[in-house]
Amino acid sequence: MAVIRDMMPVFELFQPASVEDATALLREHGEQAWVMAGGLDSFDWFKDRVKRPAVVVDLGGIEALKGIESTADGLEIRAMTPLTDVVRHPEVREHYGLLSKAAELVASPQIRNQGTLGGNNSQDTRCWYYRDGWTCYRAGGNICYADTPTSMNREHAIFGADRCVAVNPSDTAPALIALDAKMVVQTADGERVVNAEDYFIGPGIDIMRMTVLQPGDLLTSIRIPSTWAGAKFYFEKVRDRQVWDFPLVNVASAIRVSGGTIEDARVAVNGVAPYPMRLTAVEDAIRGASQDEATAERAGEMAVRGARPLRQNAYKIPLMRNLVKRSIRVEA
Amino acid sequence: MANALIGKDFTPPDVRGKVTGRAKYAEDFRAEGMLFCRLLTSPMPHGRVRNIDASAALAMEGVIAILTADEVPEIPAPGNPILTNEPLYVGEPILAVAAVDETLAEEAIAKIKVDLEPLPFTVDPLESLRPGGPNARGSANTVVSGEGLKEIKWTTEDFDAVADGELPMGEPTATWSYGDIEEGFSGAAVVLDETFVTAGTSHHSMEPRTAMAYWQNEKCHIYGSTQSQSFVVPGLARYLGLEPDNVVYVGENCGGGFGSKGAAYPTMVIPALMAKKTGRPVMMRISRAEEYAIGSARPGFQGRVKLGFREDGRLLACDLYVVQENGPNGGFGDMSAAASAISIVYTPVAMRFRGASVLTNTPPRGAQRGPGQNQIANAIEPLFDKAARKLSVDRFAIRRVNAPDHDSRYGANRGAITSAYLGEALDKGAEKFDWQKKQAQSGQRRGSKVIGVGIGQAFHSAGSNGFDGLVRLTPEGKLHIHTGVGNLGTYSYAGTSRVAAEVLKCDWKNCVIERGDSSIGLPWNLGQFGSNTSFTMSRTNYAAAMDAVGKLKEIAARDLGGAPDNYEIGNEAVFRRSNPSRRMTYAAAAKRAIQLGGKFCGHEMADDLNPMTKAAVRGLAGTGLVGVAKDNLPRTGMVPALAAGFIQIELDLETGKFEILDYLGVADCGTVIHPQGLAAQIRSGAVMGFGMASLERQVYDPHYGLPRSVGLYQAKPPSYLDVAVGMGAEAVDQPDPQNPMGTKGIGEPLMGCASAALLCAISDALGGHYFNRSPVLPDMIINAASQRPQSHTPLQVNTD
Ligand SMILES: Cc1cc2nc3c(=O)[nH]c(=O)nc-3n(C[C@H](O)[C@H](O)[C@H](O)COP(=O)(O)OP(=O)(O)OC[C@H]3O[C@@H](n4cnc5c(N)ncnc54)[C@H](O)[C@@H]3O)c2cc1C
Ligand code: SF4
Repeated sequence: MAVIRDMMPVFELFQPASVEDATALLREHGEQAWVMAGGLDSFDWFKDRVKRPAVVVDLGGIEALKGIESTADGLEIRAMTPLTDVVRHPEVREHYGLLSKAAELVASPQIRNQGTLGGNNSQDTRCWYYRDGWTCYRAGGNICYADTPTSMNREHAIFGADRCVAVNPSDTAPALIALDAKMVVQTADGERVVNAEDYFIGPGIDIMRMTVLQPGDLLTSIRIPSTWAGAKFYFEKVRDRQVWDFPLVNVASAIRVSGGTIEDARVAVNGVAPYPMRLTAVEDAIRGASQDEATAERAGEMAVRGARPLRQNAYKIPLMRNLVKRSIRVEA
Repeated sequence: MANALIGKDFTPPDVRGKVTGRAKYAEDFRAEGMLFCRLLTSPMPHGRVRNIDASAALAMEGVIAILTADEVPEIPAPGNPILTNEPLYVGEPILAVAAVDETLAEEAIAKIKVDLEPLPFTVDPLESLRPGGPNARGSANTVVSGEGLKEIKWTTEDFDAVADGELPMGEPTATWSYGDIEEGFSGAAVVLDETFVTAGTSHHSMEPRTAMAYWQNEKCHIYGSTQSQSFVVPGLARYLGLEPDNVVYVGENCGGGFGSKGAAYPTMVIPALMAKKTGRPVMMRISRAEEYAIGSARPGFQGRVKLGFREDGRLLACDLYVVQENGPNGGFGDMSAAASAISIVYTPVAMRFRGASVLTNTPPRGAQRGPGQNQIANAIEPLFDKAARKLSVDRFAIRRVNAPDHDSRYGANRGAITSAYLGEALDKGAEKFDWQKKQAQSGQRRGSKVIGVGIGQAFHSAGSNGFDGLVRLTPEGKLHIHTGVGNLGTYSYAGTSRVAAEVLKCDWKNCVIERGDSSIGLPWNLGQFGSNTSFTMSRTNYAAAMDAVGKLKEIAARDLGGAPDNYEIGNEAVFRRSNPSRRMTYAAAAKRAIQLGGKFCGHEMADDLNPMTKAAVRGLAGTGLVGVAKDNLPRTGMVPALAAGFIQIELDLETGKFEILDYLGVADCGTVIHPQGLAAQIRSGAVMGFGMASLERQVYDPHYGLPRSVGLYQAKPPSYLDVAVGMGAEAVDQPDPQNPMGTKGIGEPLMGCASAALLCAISDALGGHYFNRSPVLPDMIINAASQRPQSHTPLQVNTD
């Protein structure tokens, strides 16, 4: 446990100007290196002296990793694009309003100015035991402090637990999943494109990582296909405070309705599992159903089936149920 | 005659610095050769230092010294120590390291090996009271007024005597009563017997308690972050073993204290002691996480209250038991303050208070805005609503019928009060808020949203006397108002300084407030806490100004003939009433005062002044006409600050979230001396209250004793978006008879009335579901709204 916190230890800082230089540096320093985007997750770790990389590779100077562009099939948002830019971008707003809404509800204006879309989707969990430097499973130990009869786990998972019961805290992640976004990852073996829902991994796959990114990998951009452009979107986030606060639970849905019938839908929630959860069973159940209160109710009930609350977080069951319900009965 | 300044808005002189960034806080000061020091703090809630090995740290280039508990003055238990070898909470400072820069100091700390033996601990008072339960301090688990540390265990029978979820009530550490409560309960139409919990809260001061110090010619100069100025000096001197004369204290601005920086506190002197050891100036900045540990906290309550109401809602009897979460040290008197607050806000015909202040291995407890009064407002006000429902009495009426009047009595001793206009505050609030109409909207649905309304009331004593005032008219024709009260950020130092200008009929443009540095000559004043400034400081400034008026008249009579009584003041001159052309300007009188010497320019002064004031006057003697006096005006009762809050919210039953649609705070603060300052207090107090009621988090993992909130984003003070947009502010504006300006303090109850009102509104929106605790968080609201059990037990502290 920490006898001091709030001040960064020294590290070697690299500020490459190209993706090539960045990947070369990452390869050279391997596990010693830390990729830094906006720094809002990174600096917390450093200041608390819990994660102490010898080398930090700051992506902030790589112009090629910034910006939003239209493509033949939708949009390409580069990983280092600040959340504020995602919120304000006219095309995002017009066709993929789900994402701008989600990004707009992240944290606070200052954090959105500095935090990046790539970083927001690659951030670590906020489990406070882990962030405090306790050597739990996720930190390489062999205990979960958050899952005992006395744990303080109000913000932890009701789904997907596997030794670790922490949640993914990102607001934009479920929006990207609902939009069927693709994550473009630069690996040692070249570029790899991963579906957003597969980008996030649970503790069963690797308890020490939240995403598919391996040391040395870079997320370079996020592609949003036009498939869901202009669909009916719903994003809602419930948090303790109305700004500067992580979600307790959030929900993102994209729905196509024709003549009152749901033709197709994608629904994802976050804050309930170690990864943002796509609710495929709900999607299947509502496809072809009429968009009404009964369908919404049913979707909500289905969504929470199998939830396993911890000591202090059973409230997430009605909360998730209600949010999913609201995301289905979305008004035009 | 109408006041020229009092009751008018003005721009306090420190505003400009605050908006331009030029205002200096402790960490903005620098001194030649300054070192930085950092703290090594305890990683565990209770432990004993077996060994410290700092050799590797001290071997680092640029690391100058370490300072351990063995080298600093020992503070007798249960005082808060400066450094300790037996840390009693996570984050308690064990040692300090000084180095040429902060990063180095921190690297050095990381190299120090502290061998700590873990000891038993507790973060739940009731657990500690159980037979065989853990003691926060080894041999002691309570602190008893007048007796100090003591071990008290309740019996198994005490615990078995109550139903699940009810507070057991064993041997108290404090008790008082008046009247016959049993008679009250037997005559009551409705009796409630309720167990409640109010969580402790951190102070969240924007400015952590940084300090810088150096020594010069035996004098210790300290730059700190405190609410108060002169009041801090004797405390610092005591910590350092110096005469107060040998302490120079600079506290120009304070980035929030809320009670936690009212007096000198032990960590402030660490840089001073380190400076002494190293012979160099030392700056010690405090981090946010450290602030949450050493910055003290409001104690939480586990309580039980029995209330007996007459058919019309009149409170016949109140029986209160509070178990106070006291932190590991001396703590603060919240529980008895809570009981006294009940005695004046609801004026029960009969009342009994019992309490037990139990030690916990959590941050030291100290005063926080409305200490005790605001917790009890949160506990009691919703129960008044519950009783009103049972009695079918209007929720406004049940408060109005119990409101105090000027003859009401206060606390255990049934002491007199100076004035009480809570009833008038309720009336004014009901009218301005349109309570009848808004109440009629209660329960209205809009989809999943439902309207709730609430009224809250709170109290704090708000005034003292016996301190000194000091003003000075200079030959340049300026009025210098020397104020030693401090500047906690409410501008009341300036508002009360204007009393001197009002009495002397000075143009405010010709006034200079002297403050913030004890070496410039500041009088002995009470600290800026306890909502006392408006009352106390308007009296001292009045006394000093009256002394100056007397001297002006004497000088005029001497030079212009006649008796002092023949003279009047006006337009910054003293003139003969019968012939105003026989006049002398203040500038000329100041010159004459210097020539005349003696009492006129401060070479002589009254004996009853405090030594600090005397020293200040000696330093200023000969620079002008000095008005200096002790406030010997009569005060024959406790000065109550009272407030009422009215709120309307819309609560979403599906998310547990609510929006505050409207809020109005009404103050009984006597005559309003600074309307803008008051409005800012009413609103900001409400913001803080909303946090206490519904957001703030100060909880501990019960198994490890670990604090869960070590950052602002985890502790969750309210944000701009969590409060109502245009919150209303009103005042009764009736003068208190025992203040020459009619004014009383008000800061503290403005928080409690808002937080209690909000809790009432949440319960109202839920159709009368009473949580019996604060804060009420969204998860609790969702559970209630969806008829699910809560995740916590009724008496649980640390509900996450
Ligand atoms: C007080 C606070 C409140 C917050 N509230 C919210 C909230 O409400 N909702 C929300 O969604 N988020 C919230 N956040 C998170 C914040 O919005 C950031 O998005 C997040 O911290 C990471 O973004 P960043 O750009 O700062 O990345 P960094 O902190 O620099 O990086 C985060 C992680 O991702 C990795 N990484 C970043 N970019 C790449 C890349 N291109 N390739 C490979 N790896 C990469 C880094 O190595 C690091 O591990 C909050 C943060 C704070 C500090
Ligand atoms: S929930 Fe996960 S991150 Fe938190 S303590 Fe358990 S293992 Fe660690």
